[in-house]
Amino acid sequence: MNTVTPPEYLPGSSSDTTRFTRHFRAEKFDFWSFFFSGLTGLATFFILGILATILLNILINGWSAISWHFVSTIPKKDFFDANTTGVLPMIVGTAFRVIVMTIFVIPVGVITAIYLTEYAANTSTITRIIRAAVNNLAGVPSIVFGLFGLGFFINFVGKNMDKLLHNASAVWGQPALIWASLTLAVMTLPVVIVATEESLKAIPPGLREASLALGATKLETILKIVLPQALPGIMTGGILAVSRAAGEVAPILFTGVAYYMASLPGHLSDQFMDLGYHVFVLSTQSPNIEQTRPILYATVLVLLLLTFALNIVAILIRARVRKKLRALG
Amino acid sequence: MAETLIPKIVPQKTPAATAKVGSPLIEIEAISLHYGASRALKDISLNLEEKVVTAFIGPSGCGKSTLLRCLNRMNDLIDNVRIDGAIKIGGHNIYASDVDVIELRKRVGMVFQKSNPFPKSIYENVAYGLRLHGMKVKADLDLRIEECLRASALWDEVKDRLHSSALGLSGGQQQRLCIARAIAIKPEVILMDEPASALDPIATARIEDLILDLKKEFTIVIVTHNMQQAARISDQTAFFYIGELVEFGATSKIFTNPAQKRTEDYVSGRFG
Repeated sequence: MNTVTPPEYLPGSSSDTTRFTRHFRAEKFDFWSFFFSGLTGLATFFILGILATILLNILINGWSAISWHFVSTIPKKDFFDANTTGVLPMIVGTAFRVIVMTIFVIPVGVITAIYLTEYAANTSTITRIIRAAVNNLAGVPSIVFGLFGLGFFINFVGKNMDKLLHNASAVWGQPALIWASLTLAVMTLPVVIVATEESLKAIPPGLREASLALGATKLETILKIVLPQALPGIMTGGILAVSRAAGEVAPILFTGVAYYMASLPGHLSDQFMDLGYHVFVLSTQSPNIEQTRPILYATVLVLLLLTFALNIVAILIRARVRKKLRALG
Repeated sequence: MAETLIPKIVPQKTPAATAKVGSPLIEIEAISLHYGASRALKDISLNLEEKVVTAFIGPSGCGKSTLLRCLNRMNDLIDNVRIDGAIKIGGHNIYASDVDVIELRKRVGMVFQKSNPFPKSIYENVAYGLRLHGMKVKADLDLRIEECLRASALWDEVKDRLHSSALGLSGGQQQRLCIARAIAIKPEVILMDEPASALDPIATARIEDLILDLKKEFTIVIVTHNMQQAARISDQTAFFYIGELVEFGATSKIFTNPAQKRTEDYVSGRFG
């Protein structure tokens, strides 16, 4: 007869129970895991440190120079005087160009993304070319977009509009808010396309199938099932585009920004003043650097706050949409 | 000479062609399907009767779901699919060039393996298909939606929360909602692709009861991995193996006295 011998690891077997503790105790200090967790942590701290330094520096130096007068005044031509100057036209100009840009970039970006994910065959050459073009668009330096805007929008589109509509007198064929906004829209297009594509891809194929199996057309399925679900993702793309565009100066240099304007922009064909460009002007054109420094800080702070505010608005709308989708749809 | 002029529309002889009286609603005629270079269905012919539950059984990858998806042309959505042969529903070839796929899918509804209610309210899920096909008046919608939810044995559970999200329902309830959604647009045929495979036994039993109930009004084709389920609910059974139709006949015959050795081995659990 075989006697059943208890396995080694059970109490009462030949080896003692303490071998468990001996076996599982870390025997020596693991230098490499300590080193790498430390390294990654340090890198994170470094980034946070830089961000905190920038923000705190601007906040501390800019806060004292900000006043209601500063943000609500249209300055005189000499805007280097800290006591009388204001940034109202720059706030209006920056907000205006970002909003007009959003109106153009969202529909074009979303429609492109719908074509790429829903209609185009994934493997076709055309799709690959479009995808490569979108990715390359994201890598083009922003000053090149500025030159493109000048060459295409102002000199080609604008001048031809003037020939057709205004007897060749310069209305559209010059730097203007609309051209600056369109240039920014072209620049931020890849952001919106990629974000929309990602959110479209994340929608379960089962939902599309369910809709099609009920006799919906592809268009009905996209409009009624796919797009409502993708809305938060599309808005994320919009938020990223706004953040990117609000601070850009290079694309608007040749396409619409003005050094000085006595009044607020009232029409899409007007030029405009801009916070980012104004920062550049204050820091390079000032006759008295010491005197200009507080306004410079304050202008940067206003730009940050404006970007922040535009983001907050978009994030709040997105949160509402998400909540609504989750509750009902 | 005269022979070549006659189109080949003579129905293929199948073992089941005589299994039941009445003219068939669905005639599958020599269907072959290729995904790219690989052949998923080989020359399949069978006739499905009206208001009868037909079960497609067979091991994974045997082509039963693929054939099911041919019946409402859901395979059209996949790239690189080539389909030869004809499927006639009510005498019309659904693969003819003049067929309106939208109209076809209205008449041939589908319930999927993974319950896929829209992320909308229970009410809106059923209303979706109705609105698509032109029902706009709220009173009509209300009436039809209640009717469908009753028919899918869901009404008593959801009548107090019609306007809350369908995603809050249990798996079994979601699947019954999908059935309600499918029957709302009054199809003639309902295709079911393993409708109970993700459900617990109680929810499965309710779906099976529902199928037996729906048989009075609809022609049902169900794909299932569950042999007992096929035996319980179907009148006719087709057994597929690696893209071929091995045997088709009355369910009682397939399960008790199959003609083919492979069928017997499969239904008795010897492989698959």
